[in-house]
Amino acid sequence: MAKLTFKTDICKGCGLCVDACPKKLLRLAQEKINKKGHHPAEITDEAACVGCASCAMMCPDCVIKVER
Amino acid sequence: MVVFDKPHALTDAPMHYCPGCTHGIVHRLVAEVIDELGIEGKTIGVAPVGCSVMAYNYFACDMIEAAHGRAPAVATGVKRADPENHIVFTYQGDGDLASIGMAETVHAAARNENITIIFINNAIYGMTGGQMAPTSLPGQVTQTSPYGRDVKQCGFPIRVCEMLSELDGPEYLERVTVNNVKNIRQAKKAIKKAFQNQIDGKGFSLIEVLSSCPTNWGMTPKAALEWIDERMIPYYPLGVYKDRSAQEAQDK
Repeated sequence: MAKLTFKTDICKGCGLCVDACPKKLLRLAQEKINKKGHHPAEITDEAACVGCASCAMMCPDCVIKVER
Repeated sequence: MVVFDKPHALTDAPMHYCPGCTHGIVHRLVAEVIDELGIEGKTIGVAPVGCSVMAYNYFACDMIEAAHGRAPAVATGVKRADPENHIVFTYQGDGDLASIGMAETVHAAARNENITIIFINNAIYGMTGGQMAPTSLPGQVTQTSPYGRDVKQCGFPIRVCEMLSELDGPEYLERVTVNNVKNIRQAKKAIKKAFQNQIDGKGFSLIEVLSSCPTNWGMTPKAALEWIDERMIPYYPLGVYKDRSAQEAQDK
């Protein structure tokens, strides 16, 4: 099982990670808002994540740290 | 085990780029390459004028800010001052490199200066609010071409890699993009080769990265990445345009 850590405060809510996830496990949290005023990305089902790091590769702001 | 984390050669400063701008991805690739080659302590970057004008805040190596378009000239000076101990790269946009800085770019390439240039081509002037750039596509709507770029009036876009490949000087020219994970991996390989060429003393390497500008293109970040595939790549084909060492080895 992989572990994702999000630096939520610097997320700009662009959603590139959401589109990059091959298993469609990420989403922009519509009910949350971060310091910058964006809806930050979060993972819906961490148990299903295989840790491919596609989301982290696409993220322009190095928000996501991937551990396996 | 950590699979992916922010590279050491990037600082902790949050980037000022718009949401979905691929500048951040290219910054990270350059920083990853600097980490992997272990050259952070002796690398000097030259920041341009444009959206990436504050690149010196984000790279942990030493940085210099150049006048608009003159980054290759500044890099030439830095490299020639101490060629053995420094790795010099410039990071420039299309308004910087292909417009006001065209002369410096072409002559640095013709002299085969031993520097690395990372050229971000997003087909528009980003920082100043989306005006038509030398690389804007025919028919592309920008602030200064509201009816689309008219090639009869404004001329045709400049393909920088193709143009420089006609010179005998440059060592390595490649065009890549960062619009999906596969292309990001390819872009990183290209950037690594460009830095390795400099370490090996081979000379001028330029990597053109097709990038997105969701804000000024007036698109969502996702649609902008698709636009690269649909519109930019057909006009700016990806690939290696010059690899002199490989060519010479083949000719032997």
